[in-house]
Amino acid sequence: LNLKMNFTAEQEYPDLSQHSNHMAKVLTLEMYANLRDKQTSSGFTVDDVIQTGVDNPGHPFIMTVGCVAGDEETYEVFKDLLDPIIEDRHGGYKPTDKHKTDLNPDNLQGGDDLDPNYVLSSRVRTGRSIRGFCLPPHCSRGERRAIEGLSVEALGVLDGDLKGKYYALKDMTEEEQQQLIDDHFLFDKPVSPLLLASGMARDWPDGRGIWHNDNKTFLVWVNEEDHLRVISMQKGGNMKEVFNRFCTGLTKIEELFKEKGHEFMWNEHLGYVLTCPSNLGTGLRGGVHVKLPNLSKHEKFGEVLKRLRLQKRGTGGVDTAAVGGVFDISNADRLGFSEVELVQMVVDGVKLLIEMEKRLEAGQSINDLMPEQK
Amino acid sequence: MPFGNTHNNFKLNYKADDEYPDLTKHNNHMAKVLSKEMYGKLREKQTPTGFTLDDVIQTGVDNPGHPFIMTVGCVAGDEESYEVFKDLFDPIICDRHSGYKATDKHKTDLNFENLKGGDDLDPNYVLSSRVRTGRSIKGYALPPHNSRGERRAVEKLSVEALNSLDGEFKGKYYPLKSMTDAEQEQLIADHFLFDKPVSPLLLAAGMARDWPDARGIWHNENKTFLVWVNEEDHLRVIAMQKGGNMKEVFKRFCVGLQRIEEIFKKHNHGFMWNEHLGFVLTCPSNLGTGLRGGVHVKLPKLSTHAKFEEILTRLRLQKRGTGGVDTASVGGVFDISNADRIGSSEVDQVQCVVDGVKLMVEMEKKLEKGESIDSMIPAQK
Repeated sequence: LNLKMNFTAEQEYPDLSQHSNHMAKVLTLEMYANLRDKQTSSGFTVDDVIQTGVDNPGHPFIMTVGCVAGDEETYEVFKDLLDPIIEDRHGGYKPTDKHKTDLNPDNLQGGDDLDPNYVLSSRVRTGRSIRGFCLPPHCSRGERRAIEGLSVEALGVLDGDLKGKYYALKDMTEEEQQQLIDDHFLFDKPVSPLLLASGMARDWPDGRGIWHNDNKTFLVWVNEEDHLRVISMQKGGNMKEVFNRFCTGLTKIEELFKEKGHEFMWNEHLGYVLTCPSNLGTGLRGGVHVKLPNLSKHEKFGEVLKRLRLQKRGTGGVDTAAVGGVFDISNADRLGFSEVELVQMVVDGVKLLIEMEKRLEAGQSINDLMPEQK
Repeated sequence: MPFGNTHNNFKLNYKADDEYPDLTKHNNHMAKVLSKEMYGKLREKQTPTGFTLDDVIQTGVDNPGHPFIMTVGCVAGDEESYEVFKDLFDPIICDRHSGYKATDKHKTDLNFENLKGGDDLDPNYVLSSRVRTGRSIKGYALPPHNSRGERRAVEKLSVEALNSLDGEFKGKYYPLKSMTDAEQEQLIADHFLFDKPVSPLLLAAGMARDWPDARGIWHNENKTFLVWVNEEDHLRVIAMQKGGNMKEVFKRFCVGLQRIEEIFKKHNHGFMWNEHLGFVLTCPSNLGTGLRGGVHVKLPKLSTHAKFEEILTRLRLQKRGTGGVDTASVGGVFDISNADRIGSSEVDQVQCVVDGVKLMVEMEKKLEKGESIDSMIPAQK
């Protein structure tokens, strides 16, 4: 652990006085002192965990997480730091709580009839980590390439509706690149300082790529922010179909990995283990692009979303603004609810929001439609 | 970015071939030199502070470079990097520093009296004169790798040393993180303030970690001697003033540097230096003297002459725009400075600048009169 252990904890403790992120709220000098001589088996230290939060003080209005995991063990070795962060970020989720996984699409009720005059598109995404490998902040080139190799092999076996092709970022032709941009599939080298500061862009674009099926409704990002990001999407409001494809595809991929002796990182407390603590549990963000020009201006819009356990974003994704009254509405939770439960909230919630929008269009009140807190 | 504190224990489970970076699209010094065999040989080594080969090369892997601009593509994390990874660094140093061999000795000469002339560059042409260098404090890891504790210790020592300076060197330290708005505006107006690095070359090497902790700017009251603490090197020392009196600038530079060094030595933390590499700095391109001495000079006619580049090469000078490295010149004003860093002394390098600029100003005057400069073209220095 070299020279830094020659200095006292106080001399090494970061200056967090200007900071507003989850890590800064939790990491006291005492905690830092207790954790600073620890490391995971792969060599990930507390300074590695917190670097992104030290380098990105945050914003008074946007509470970023401010830390990442470098491997599965991080959540155990540094639980003193990560447990309180998880609790604060995930609505009071306790270190003793259990998380349930439900990827059975038959358990979703309805969701096939969201009004396409309002719902422009539907999408469900999650992440997966491959057990035995370090995560994007810490993995070596060899590990990253092995993950790519395994992923491409597994995805190559998919057939039927899921049959598709892999496009390695570094070998992409100009035409392929243009097509992927037009499809809104291409991901770029990260520019967010949150990601860069945690080392996720190292060796770009080595080991990174995009896989999608021929129908362009099932997409996998390899070695971006997580080992795998899995996305199911299509135009219109048939969330049931999207979720069906999502679950089927994910389950198949998981089987294929298991056949090769590789599981996904998962445990009964944290659910699926991902790089950012904000994505633990289901890692699932399911949502729609929906036209709500009237409702979005209503003074109770924020409150309605909160009660429905939903969140709004602009149509560019996180930290973007809405354009033309079209919002990205998705589940707010990740952990402590199953996949089915979260998508159910989206389905039920969006149905209600559209009803409200129609009322307001007709100049009517929505007061009787106000939901209870879910 | 590689963090000096990141050390992946699993990577040795993979073969060298599987870990070797893809350098096929790369054009930097590291990529030219680092073969698979060399990577295989060096990948298990680390310096006593834990800096690995992957840490050395990360910036070069992440920044493929440009067909026209040959970046170095590697950094040192501590003094020992240059020894532990000499198989990689020596050929890079040789290529970058005009054939400087692993057995060559570098001479240091900070005796300003050895500079001839330099006090009479024509101020109608030479707008300003400046000399800068870097220094590393022995016993601490370098900016790509140091911890917060180390960085703060370097800051503390530096501030102590600088605050003890007097006379024309008496000055004040402005830590980046506690600067007032008024102080910040003044430093910007003086062109003294340095920003958090945005260059991907620096970011990928981990130099911006924990910004702005323990970073700061010190300058004397006259604003002619300036020290940057914990930016790209532990210390960057700059002497500058308007006009063409390079002799005065160089004198202040040498005197100030030596005073600072004495104080550090008293604390048993001298500067990193050895008789082969001279002053040891973060980037291999700055080894030796680490010195860039130059002027902002008006050469609107000479700069458009067909032989301008050739003249600069022969004079061992380089041109930059007035914004510094990788900027364009504005209004025919160029930043002209020494091209060499290692294998010649500080006095030698500033002498090249003084003599070379004097000649170029004469050439400019000839061209203004419509006369030829062919008889003035110098031999290769």
